[in-house]
Amino acid sequence: MERRRRREIVGRVFEWIALGATLFGLVVLALLLFDVARRGLGVLSWSFLTRYPSRFPEQAGIRSALLGTLWVMGLTALFAVPLGVAAAIYLEEYAPRNRLTRLIELNINNLAGVPSIIYGLLGLELFVRSLRLERSILAGALTLSLLILPILITASREALRAVPMSLREAAFALGATRWQVIRHQVLPVAFPGILTGMILALSRAIGESAPLITIGALTFIAFDPRGPLDPFTVLPIQIFNWVSRPQAGFHTRAAGAILVLLTVLLSMNSLAIYLRNRLQRRYRW
Amino acid sequence: MGLTTRSMAEVYAARFQRGMAARWRELGELAIQAVLFFAAMVSVFTTMGIVAVLAVEAIPFFQRVSLIEFLTDPQWTPLFAQKHFGIMPLVVGTFLTSAVALALAMPVGLLSAVYLSEYAPSRVRAILKPALEVLAGIPTVVYGYFALLFVTPLLKRIIPGLETFNALSAGLTMGVMIIPLISSLSEDALYAVPTSLREAAYALGATRLEVAVRVVIPAALSGIVASFILAASRAIGETMIVAIAAGQRPILTLDPRRAIETMTAYIVQVSLGDVPHGTLEFRTIFAVGLVLFLLTLALNLLAIRIIERYREVYR
Repeated sequence: MERRRRREIVGRVFEWIALGATLFGLVVLALLLFDVARRGLGVLSWSFLTRYPSRFPEQAGIRSALLGTLWVMGLTALFAVPLGVAAAIYLEEYAPRNRLTRLIELNINNLAGVPSIIYGLLGLELFVRSLRLERSILAGALTLSLLILPILITASREALRAVPMSLREAAFALGATRWQVIRHQVLPVAFPGILTGMILALSRAIGESAPLITIGALTFIAFDPRGPLDPFTVLPIQIFNWVSRPQAGFHTRAAGAILVLLTVLLSMNSLAIYLRNRLQRRYRW
Repeated sequence: MGLTTRSMAEVYAARFQRGMAARWRELGELAIQAVLFFAAMVSVFTTMGIVAVLAVEAIPFFQRVSLIEFLTDPQWTPLFAQKHFGIMPLVVGTFLTSAVALALAMPVGLLSAVYLSEYAPSRVRAILKPALEVLAGIPTVVYGYFALLFVTPLLKRIIPGLETFNALSAGLTMGVMIIPLISSLSEDALYAVPTSLREAAYALGATRLEVAVRVVIPAALSGIVASFILAASRAIGETMIVAIAAGQRPILTLDPRRAIETMTAYIVQVSLGDVPHGTLEFRTIFAVGLVLFLLTLALNLLAIRIIERYREVYR
């Protein structure tokens, strides 16, 4: 009996340790958010959002970084989403079980684990050099598109897989072609899932800086980008630049920019959850 | 029906038109399938592109610098007047930060996975699991800020001789970032262990801890190992945290209190500088990138293999 009690006490202690480990990450997250807010809340103002970067910390703003982020994200969504959804449709609805399909799937799995900076090296040689796009928004968006493609494909495949087979079979039985089934039956039902995956993939891209630094995105931009071939900077690069400087004034600016970045990310994720809940209610089976 | 009043010619014409429409539709179907197939092939082209780019730039590099020098020279100074091209300091720096990160993330991640899978009531699990995922969604540049401006000043109070840029802070912060990767993959593996196994152990009088440690973890071991390997791959490829907080000094040391340079941080350093494209100095980033790519590729393929094998066991 004595031994049994001891075993149970050890078990109870372990449970607390495991709970502590689970909470550890959350405590660090809270500390991080607290530190950023403590330092950065003070600099948030309209002029912080609308001013260009500057040599003087108290005058520096994130206007060009914010605009750059908007441009790059818009173009990335434009390239990556159709491509990712198309690839997912092929793999879920068309692909035969053969070696080529297996190769494509293995590729996607592996690409998801390739360090983002390697995509930067690819973008530098392929888009910046070979296609002569220079250090432009377009080159950045193309690079990030390749980077988030595996995430998009995986999320879209899951959404397509969740559509019940009976729906497809019913449409086929009425004489619809494969594409008609996909276009009119499968895609509308899978849409909320695809949309959620898209927003999550874009929120990965919005925080990326390493590949964009590698393709040569600048760190100091004192003008508005006017087109896809203009040079650019993005919020994470601006943050990196300010963190890397020795002056404390720039560190508080970095914290302010982080608050803006995290706010954008939070709204994107909330939007994803909201859209999923709202759109999913329309279909019941 | 009107069929009787139509001439045979009209009937044939209608039939022909229907036939044409069907053929067009078939062609359209084929075209759509071809477009979708091409989209799926983009991933294959991407991999081929990465390999081609790294090879095209690294080959001229290795024509100037011998592979033996690259792998054995203990100094990495391609940007100095006295040039040395030994990648060892960068590789050791990368392993140092990754080892610190894994030393934190493996135990904490596995313990969280065990708690979420074996202990947590479903309502607590429903809150904690997505909350942990938030950690993985924070941009790495934010972690870099945290490592340099929060973790390092904190550790400096405890650890004398800690440099402003050091492998320890960067590694620990990276460890926190990696926790959700390990905990969620490991938890999937633990969760997939059939309940009957647990019930059998309980029936023999085992406590919850004994069930977890002696039955569930061994049964899920391959999934847990795969999560560790993927975490290692992520740590090796992580860039912004180490570029901000670990330093840019490629020295051969295993002391985590000192400033070092990782392979990824070196690529960032050259990208930010004004080294002209096409020079030997610039090509170093592709040689380093090739090593980085091969290392992470090997780890990823290993993890994918382990995961697939383990899936088959429980089907």
